[in-house]
Amino acid sequence: MQNPSGNLEVSVWRGNGAGGGYSAYLVPVRDNQTILDVVTWIQHRLEPTLSYRFACRVGMCGSCAMMVNGKPRWTCRTHVQRVIDGNSLKIAPLRNLPVIKDLATDMSEFFDKWLKAEGIFHPTSTRHEAIAPIKPDEPAQIAASAAIECINCAICYAACDVVALNPDYLGPAALNRAWTLINDQRDGARTARLAAVSAGGGCFNCHSQQGCATFCPNELNPTESIAGLKRFAAVAALRGEI
Amino acid sequence: MLGVRLYLAQRISALIMAPLVLGHLVVMIYATRDGLSASEILSRTQGSLFWGLSYGLFVAAVAVHAAIGLRVIVAEYVRLPGLALDAFTWSVGGVLLAMGARAVAAVVL
Repeated sequence: MQNPSGNLEVSVWRGNGAGGGYSAYLVPVRDNQTILDVVTWIQHRLEPTLSYRFACRVGMCGSCAMMVNGKPRWTCRTHVQRVIDGNSLKIAPLRNLPVIKDLATDMSEFFDKWLKAEGIFHPTSTRHEAIAPIKPDEPAQIAASAAIECINCAICYAACDVVALNPDYLGPAALNRAWTLINDQRDGARTARLAAVSAGGGCFNCHSQQGCATFCPNELNPTESIAGLKRFAAVAALRGEI
Repeated sequence: MLGVRLYLAQRISALIMAPLVLGHLVVMIYATRDGLSASEILSRTQGSLFWGLSYGLFVAAVAVHAAIGLRVIVAEYVRLPGLALDAFTWSVGGVLLAMGARAVAAVVL
């Protein structure tokens, strides 16, 4: 799995929004080495101006996603030996997002689309009222719980071909977030949210290709969430609610 | 690009087309295996309200379904802007409806 010098052959995309290209580096192999370890080693030892984004290093914050050998990965929890192609690694900024510099993308549109999908909790009571009892075994809560563990890493957004082809499409993460709120019995904006996710760039543009579900590091299934939104929104439209 | 109304129109037109396509295939196989000639088939379809409605409904469903399906493909791969996309959708639907109506009229009237 390594060349005679004992090094990994790593290509890292360097540039900015105007363009760029791959630079080649040799990085020593280490046991249990992650992709983030490789990028950090390059920045510390070879390329101090290399820009990339990370925070927690334990798969919770969703900051460090990059394209690794053409596929979106959370780099802090992706071992080199699991994704290496021969002895080569090709590391690039996340697909479907504008590049700021090197491996750091501008995630503004990704989060703006959460707002467009009404991915905001609209409470129906105040802090002065009793806490709503939530039964974990109710069908709506089971559906919400199945989709709730999103860490906003944008890996699904990078994996989605519909996002690549249709810039207005809200994307799997925003729609998955809307689905968790639709199923939250404490939320009071169901109709407004169904209207938001039914608009031009909404859930009906999903082709159910399941790139999101294939690459989600937390093994969520946004395609299933979007299918749920399609069902609810179609019924609401037939009833004249949206 | 594809909102709830277009989505519902495409799904409902698919629901209409599915049994009509199966019916058409069954009738076609029956007619050809039985050795019916074109004039014998026309004698059964001409003036028939049932065949007129059946194929008329099929043509209408095809026009709606195909126009929306092509709209999605053109929007994603050609990136037509809103008004041009609407014009394309209506044009495809209109042409298919006109061609289909002409064919139905030819065998029913």
